[in-house]
Amino acid sequence: MHNALIESHDSQEAAREQQSSRPTSVARTYFRILWSNRKSRAGLIMFGAFIFLCIFGRALAPYSPTYSGFATMAGPSWQHWLGTNQDGQDVLSQLLAGTRVSVLVSLSTGFIATFIAVLIGLLAGYSSGFTDDALSFLTNVFLVLPALPLLIVLASYAPGKGSVLIVLIVGLTGWPWGARVLRAQVQSLRTRDYVVAAKLAGDSTLRILFREIFPNMLSLVMAGFLGAAQYGLITSVGLEFLGLGNPNQISWGSMLYWAQNASALLQGQWAWILAPGLFIALFGMSMVLINFGFDQISNPRLGGTEE
Amino acid sequence: MNHGRRALFGVTSGESERDGSCMKYFLKRVLLLIATLWVAITLNFLIPRMMPGNPGQAVIAKFAGEGHPLTPSALKAIDAMLGLSHASLPVQYWQYLGEVVHLNFGVSYSYFPYTVTELIAKALPWTLGLVGVSTVISFFVGTGLGVLVAWRRNQATDGILTSIAAFTGAFPYFWFALAAVYVLGFLLNWFPLSGGYEVGAIPHLSWGFILDVIHHAILPAVTVVVSSIGGWLIGMRNNMINTLGEDYVLLARAKGLSNRWIATMYAARNAILPNITGFGMALGFVVAGSLLTEVVFGYPGMGNLLYNAVINEDYPLMQGIFLVIVFCVIMANFLVDLLYVFIDPRVRERRGSGA
Repeated sequence: MHNALIESHDSQEAAREQQSSRPTSVARTYFRILWSNRKSRAGLIMFGAFIFLCIFGRALAPYSPTYSGFATMAGPSWQHWLGTNQDGQDVLSQLLAGTRVSVLVSLSTGFIATFIAVLIGLLAGYSSGFTDDALSFLTNVFLVLPALPLLIVLASYAPGKGSVLIVLIVGLTGWPWGARVLRAQVQSLRTRDYVVAAKLAGDSTLRILFREIFPNMLSLVMAGFLGAAQYGLITSVGLEFLGLGNPNQISWGSMLYWAQNASALLQGQWAWILAPGLFIALFGMSMVLINFGFDQISNPRLGGTEE
Repeated sequence: MNHGRRALFGVTSGESERDGSCMKYFLKRVLLLIATLWVAITLNFLIPRMMPGNPGQAVIAKFAGEGHPLTPSALKAIDAMLGLSHASLPVQYWQYLGEVVHLNFGVSYSYFPYTVTELIAKALPWTLGLVGVSTVISFFVGTGLGVLVAWRRNQATDGILTSIAAFTGAFPYFWFALAAVYVLGFLLNWFPLSGGYEVGAIPHLSWGFILDVIHHAILPAVTVVVSSIGGWLIGMRNNMINTLGEDYVLLARAKGLSNRWIATMYAARNAILPNITGFGMALGFVVAGSLLTEVVFGYPGMGNLLYNAVINEDYPLMQGIFLVIVFCVIMANFLVDLLYVFIDPRVRERRGSGA
């Protein structure tokens, strides 16, 4: 569908016409394709559920997540579906309330990483010669550099701990993969007829980049965003698990940190560890599943027909 | 697909270089290797000096507080790594480079009187073994399964395996490790709960000890394999589906070749190339996951050492570990890139039309 959009524009006018009605119609087209793919439909539903919990999780929690008057380290029961922790707090309430921080951290790292990836990818892909070589080189360097050890060192030195710090350092290191994919796409798009036409019509480079090229790789950008958000989720949880986040802020990662510190599993309170891990995996999985749909938009071959 | 398009639209200078001769490819890789190492080493120099407070002073104060006497050479190394002196930055940088080249990362605070280099030398083989073996297993099994599900795409096998891969790939490694310790170690008692070998055993070369090490390594290795296999599977599936649509596969079908032959010798052979490029890059991710896995298992490798350095604010140890991990990952990438020359003939031969 999307590809058909790209190929069919042989004149500048057609491209312009399409753009005027773009934002809503593109969103609708994307949604229809994602919804028609069984995997990404499941992903969308799961993702929506987590956004719902991100907003209303605190309100849905049966108890205050910080109230610590219950029996400590109790296993699951009717009063406490997921039991209680070593401070006598309700695990289910913490899980629901912690969804907000974890989902927001994941999405904002994805946003920062994608923003940088788009800037560098567009610039490197559209320019040739030195700028491209230099930016590609920079991308490759940071692609190869293992991020977690670097993040651990950065987070240990940084004064103060908190999710803002984690969002910043994870977001600032999460861009190279997206930049690389986008650069390759820009390189293949920049010689298309409609881009050449825009160039001949005297459009500025910025306009060509953001009006002609960017809309036609939106599916890749979205896929990159979800990929970066999933990376941000796993990495931030890992840092929080090591105690490099703010342990007093309720999130899935800090729950795992406290649970591991209290040896929850060996004490028999398995639900305390199981539940946050499951939520992390389900939220991450929802983004991986949605990406099957975006892959299909960027590359119609992947869809195939039901055989 | 990309190559076809490139040929169609003509090759620009940047691209012809990539498609150029083997020597050029090799030089580019060496340049990338050196640049990445330099960036890592320089970051390692700048981070402690950019942070507020003076980590170097703090470390010296800690040593003094514990009553550890610091030899002049240890003091010099800490100075070079963390920046105590009031010398200008270029001078400090030069001293720092000298210490790094001589693998002199200073003395560990939390494991006094061991030097950072001694500690790393003891921990590194464990991590190399664990990550190396489990990554190779995960790569081959995952890629193989990717070929299978691509061939049967949109059938039950594809749906089930791909969904499972998406699910396992989304778990944090260390969570899997916790679950494995609990179920297979604690409840079923099949495997030891932690450590790299039996408590009290002295590492030596004997069958008994080797078996003990393998017994302890199975759970951590399984954790790494399970968490990383999904990425290979999904990557290979997507590459395969692309190559399966190519004309030469259609021709092979028309010639009546067997399905298995087409899948392996025609489609998979070409589809595996992007997966190998991804190998080097995914390695950083796998190493990150393994570091956390080691923490859960109390495995005597780099991850556990790094964790102890972090909770004890042992900055010299932390920075030494950072440099060594980065060095290993970059070298592994470099080796995979060199391997690529043997697998992809396009890198070896100058393409006639392009340049």
